[in-house]
This record gives sequence, structure tokens and C-alpha cells, in this order.
Amino acid sequence: MDYRICSLTGLKINKPAEDLIKWNMVTAILFLAIGGFMGLLMALTRWPSVHYLDTSHYYRFLTLHGFDALLLWILFFEVALVHFTSAVLLNTRVVAPFSAWIAYALMLVGAAFVNIVVFAGKADVLFTSYVPLKANGVYYLGIIIFAVGAIVAFANFFANIIQARRDKAYQHSLPLGTFGLAAASIIGIVTLAHGAVIMIPVFFWSIDLIKYIDPATYRLVFWGLGHPSQQINVCAMVAMWYMTAGFVLGAKPVNEKLSRTAFVLYILFINVASEHHLLVDPVLSSWHKIINTSYVMHLAVLASMIHAFAIPASIEVALRNKGYTKGLFDWLKNAPWGNPAFSATFLSIIGFGFLGGTTGVIFGTEQFNIIRHNTFAITGHFHATVVSGTTIAFMGGTYLLIPYIFRRNLVLPKLAAIQPYLYAIGVAVMLIGMMAAGTYGVPRRHWDITFSNAIFSFSFDPSADMFLSMMGVGGLFAALGGAMFIIISLGSIMFGRKIQ
Amino acid sequence: MAIKEPERIWWKPFTRDERLWVAMALLWMMGSFVFMPVYHFIGAQNPPSETYRVRDHEKFRALVDGMVAKYKVGEDKGVPVVKPEPGSDVFMQASMWQWYPVLELEKGKTYRIHLSSMDITHGFSIQPINMNFMVVPDYDYVLTLTPTTAGDYYIVCNEFCGLGHHLMVGKMIIK
Ligand code: HEM
Ligand SMILES: [Cu+2]
Ligand SMILES: [Cu+2]
Repeated sequence: MDYRICSLTGLKINKPAEDLIKWNMVTAILFLAIGGFMGLLMALTRWPSVHYLDTSHYYRFLTLHGFDALLLWILFFEVALVHFTSAVLLNTRVVAPFSAWIAYALMLVGAAFVNIVVFAGKADVLFTSYVPLKANGVYYLGIIIFAVGAIVAFANFFANIIQARRDKAYQHSLPLGTFGLAAASIIGIVTLAHGAVIMIPVFFWSIDLIKYIDPATYRLVFWGLGHPSQQINVCAMVAMWYMTAGFVLGAKPVNEKLSRTAFVLYILFINVASEHHLLVDPVLSSWHKIINTSYVMHLAVLASMIHAFAIPASIEVALRNKGYTKGLFDWLKNAPWGNPAFSATFLSIIGFGFLGGTTGVIFGTEQFNIIRHNTFAITGHFHATVVSGTTIAFMGGTYLLIPYIFRRNLVLPKLAAIQPYLYAIGVAVMLIGMMAAGTYGVPRRHWDITFSNAIFSFSFDPSADMFLSMMGVGGLFAALGGAMFIIISLGSIMFGRKIQ
Repeated sequence: MAIKEPERIWWKPFTRDERLWVAMALLWMMGSFVFMPVYHFIGAQNPPSETYRVRDHEKFRALVDGMVAKYKVGEDKGVPVVKPEPGSDVFMQASMWQWYPVLELEKGKTYRIHLSSMDITHGFSIQPINMNFMVVPDYDYVLTLTPTTAGDYYIVCNEFCGLGHHLMVGKMIIK
């Protein structure tokens, strides 16, 4: 068999696994580069005194920003983690490299279809593509192909661990990182199948083979896909936190039972809680919405609360074992703040928990949603979860894996040490600006909030302008931090000093 | 370790800290969980859920036109201003890119406002008080609404509805 032993970790790395991780990771980073650049253009357009793009380019690039950053960057990275946690952590192999490459190819073709058709101006529908807003059929076809590819990729995870069991690569239980990705893969298969189910009829509708798609049903099924698919990200992100703490500090989960139960809570409960997108929609009854958004969701939040305890605790224990035992916070002072894999993880925990989780719980309540739905505050909330949380965690993961998988040292280590801070602060300033502007009623996805050519003109409280400028400044810093990440990660992959 | 297989038996009792933390979190979550339905009853306003199917857009348009013909009191920038009877059913039509008509309502009176779209999805966002509801085509969404403060209110479309999305502003006058 084709294996090498990693000199840094002692892990047995299977060649096909290594190649798959490399390709998926590089693809993810390239889509983050496109998506992040579009994000910069968004921030520059929503910044009132800059107002950079014209109307049609704004909506076109907004569609791309949502799609490339949210779906492509994150899912390609997760597929890299699928192979890392199943084949590499278990010191075993990718069972069916062929199907894993098919999955990669499908995802790439689907992604290319969507990018091309959006760039060509044939699908200015934003990534939610609410029916009956219609895009060119290629757009929906691209999404379907991409989703099928991602389902195959997640299925590979299970094939790998079944084989690992046969090969006696593990005895009784999976490592926690692998367990977390198992949760992500289960949710991934379920939600992406959902996505394919709604996009197939919509594709036929777009080429006039089906006459009618019910707009309310589309919204329900789309968010049935869309929201739970964010839990793939949560599970993968939390698994990344545990793994980084393990690799960098040798941290052990303080209680495996606790952490594993929390992952199971995610699988069981978060899937259902998707109707907070529909709280101020017609059709569903109040009880339907309340049960969905209150009862089940809170048990998933409980899971996040458990991780919020378990991960810092494990980090503290590991650092105390290293001898940093003076007082209450000696361990915290002596944590490896200059190691970007560690600092990114730490920043991600803080950002996700304090900015993302809290606002999610608040905006998801029935009455509060009336005053936040579709305002810029929502955009603030999900940048806290998917950017401050998932994206920063995966940036840390990239720094962690470049030496192990690409066998290269990071280039520009000084820059790498500050990159997570710069990015995290930029994003935090940006999203706090968004949230504050949203409280004045400033809508998301809107090209001209001065309504200068509308028949009735109306102006928001002037403070909103200040917060939008704050968003713009934060966005600039975030874009700078993002560009540094792209340069450091791709630079290291290509030119980093080789590790033997 | 999160990156290694755990020891054979990992199903161990929780320590005191863990029990305390989980109990606190669970209590908090249960509190929120109970409070959400409770607030539905004690709170002053809830998102409505009264909905009717609109099988034919023309029928909804006819209701709007009927109301305009009966209760028109003037025009504002070319859009009819309608002053319906308090307590009555009021119709508001969304289309790319107009809210039709302008409504004049009385403070303290309750109205049933029917929202529907003639084409794609729009967002009904009342400013500056910032209250937001979705307008989905083929459905009639009924907001039971009692204005409490006099003044001019604007209706901003806050769901993307094509290139003219940012032009779609309507008006509601509360007297
Ligand atoms: C350089 C970093 C980024 C900047 C400056 C940025 C900026 C923005 C801005 C200003 C908007 C609002 C557009 C509007 O509604 O007018 C937006 C929307 C959005 N962003 Fe970002 N963003 C960044 C990174 C990301 C990343 C990494 C992700 C995903 C992981 C992401 C996901 C989204 C999504 C899903 C939307 C909503 C799109 C829509 O409403 O259709 N952003 N971003
Ligand atoms: Cu509209
Ligand atoms: Cu609109």
C-alpha cells in the first residue's frame, strides 16, 4: 500500500487521501478568494459614501458572493476534512479513491456552471433563488450536480470508516474529530438530498417542462435544506476546534461522553429548526413555527453550550499539564497566541459563541423576528456564524494541515501570526456595523437605501449611515486579512520550505 | 485525544463542574423554550399566520381596484390614496416595483390588511418603525393591524425582486 509516515504527527498517510485533501483544500481556498473579493465589493457598495458598484453588478456579484463563499469554500474544505478524519486520523486508506475523485469532479463542474452562468448575467437571482424569480437552467443544473457530488463525497466518509473497522484501524470508538465529521456527514447527506429534491423540479420549471412551482413550498423546502446545511458547518467547525486543540496542545476532551452526546444532539435536533427563516411568512400556522423554532432548536443550542464548556476546559487542562499552573489564568496567558492555528481556533470559538450564537437565538424568536427579518442585522448574524465561526476555524485548519499534508512550512510566519487577529477584528467590526444598521431598519440585499429615484423617498435615521460606514471600514480590514490568508496559504503550498 | 481513539471505556460519570454547567444550560434552554409559546399569549404582537390561497391574481387585483374605486380620497405622486372604513378589509398589492395603493388609516382603529404579490416575492417593511413581513405570490397574507402613532410611514421592499428592487417604496398615512 501507498503510505508514508508523517514526521510531525506520526500519522500514517495514504497517498490517495493526501491527494484528495490537497485538491479539495486548494479548490476551497480559490473559491474563498473569489467569494471574498466579491465580499469586498459588497462592503464597498453598501458603504454609503463609496457606493461602488452599479445596480446590476451589485446583484450579480452578491449572488456570487453568497454562493462561492458560503457553499463552495466551506463544502470543499469539509470534503478535505472528510478524508482527513476518516483516512488519515484512522491511519487507514481511502477505500474508493475513484468515487472520491468523481465526487470532486462533479462538485467542480457544478461550481463552474454556477459561476459561469452568474458571471454571464443569466442568473441574477441571489443564492436563495426564490421561485418564481427565474434563472437560466444551467444555474439550477449546476447546483444539482454540485449537490450530488457533495453527497457522494460524504458517502465516502462512511465507506472509509467501514473499511477502517475491517482493517482494524480502530478498535471500538472513533476519535472525537472523526465522530464530529460523522455527524457532519450524516447531516450533509440528508440536507443535500433535500436540496436536490427541490432543485430538480425547479430546473425543469426553468426549461418550461413543469408549469408551476409553489413559491411557499419552495421557501419551506429550500430552508429545509439551507438551514440544516449550516449545521454541517457547525459540526465540522466544532470538530476542527477539538482537533486543533489536540494537535497543537495535546489537549484531550475532558469527557468523551459529554462531547459525543453534544454531537448527537446536533444530529437529532438542529435539522428540524429551519423555520426561523419563515417566521413572518404566510402559510405556516403559528404553532407550526413555534414548535419548530422553540422546542427543538433549544436542544441544539444546548449542544453548543456543552462544546463551549468542553473545549476551553480541555485547553486549560492541557496547558496546566504543561506546567502553567499559577493562579486562575496563568494557562491562558501562556497559550500559544502566536500560532495561527491556535489563535484562529480561539477567535472562532469567541466569535461564533458570543456574536453568532447569541444573535441567532434572539433573532429566531417569534416576535423579535418581526423587527429583524430581512434587515441588515441578519447579514450581521450569519457573518458571525459562517465567517467569525466557520471560516476562521477553517483558516486555522489550513494552517494546521499545510505542514502535515503538503509537507511545507508556512511562508511569512510573522504575517501568519497576525492574520487571524486582523481578519477576526475586521469581520467583527463589519458585522457589528451591520447589526446596528439593521436595528434602524436598513434592509439587506438593497442597492440604494437613500431611495433617490423611488417615487416616495424616505431616509433612515442618520445614525444608520455611521454604522454602514463602520461596516465598510471593518469590511476593508476583513478583506485585507482575507487576502493575507490567501497569499500565505497558497504561497506556503507552492513555495513553503519542504519538511522531510 | 480528539485525534486518537479514546480509551476502551469512555462512558464515565460527569464531574461536578460538568453537571453544574449542563444543568445551568439546560435550565436556560428550557426557560427559553417555555417562554416562546408563553409570550405568544402575553406579548402585545405576534407575526400573523392567517393566509388564503390566491388562485387567480386578477381576482385579488379586482378586490384592490374595488377598494380604490370606493374609498379613494386623493392622489399622492400619481398613486391613489385610499381611506377605507375602520375595521374593514384593506388590500395592498405588491408588484415589480410598486406598492398599490397608498393607505390612509386612523390611529387606534383596527384593520385587516391583505397582502399579496402579482408577480414574485416581495418584502413588506414598514419604516421607520421597522416591522417586516413577507409577501409571497399566490397567497394572501392578512395582517391584523392597529396603528398607534400618527405620521407618515413608508413601505420599503426588503426582498430582492429584480433590478428595480430599490425603487419599490410605498406609503401609509396614519391620522
Ligand atoms: C472579506 C470578507 C467579507 C466581506 C467584506 C463580506 C461582506 C458582505 C456584505 C457587505 C454582504 C451584504 C450584501 C448585501 O446584502 O447588501 C454580504 C453578504 C453575504 N455574505 Fe459576506 N462578506 C465576507 C465574507 C463572507 C464569507 C467568508 C462568507 C461565507 C462563508 C460570507 C457569506 C455571505 C452570505 C451568505 C451573504 C448573503 C448573500 C445574500 O444576501 O444573498 N461572506 N457579505
Ligand atoms: Cu419588491
Ligand atoms: Cu424588492
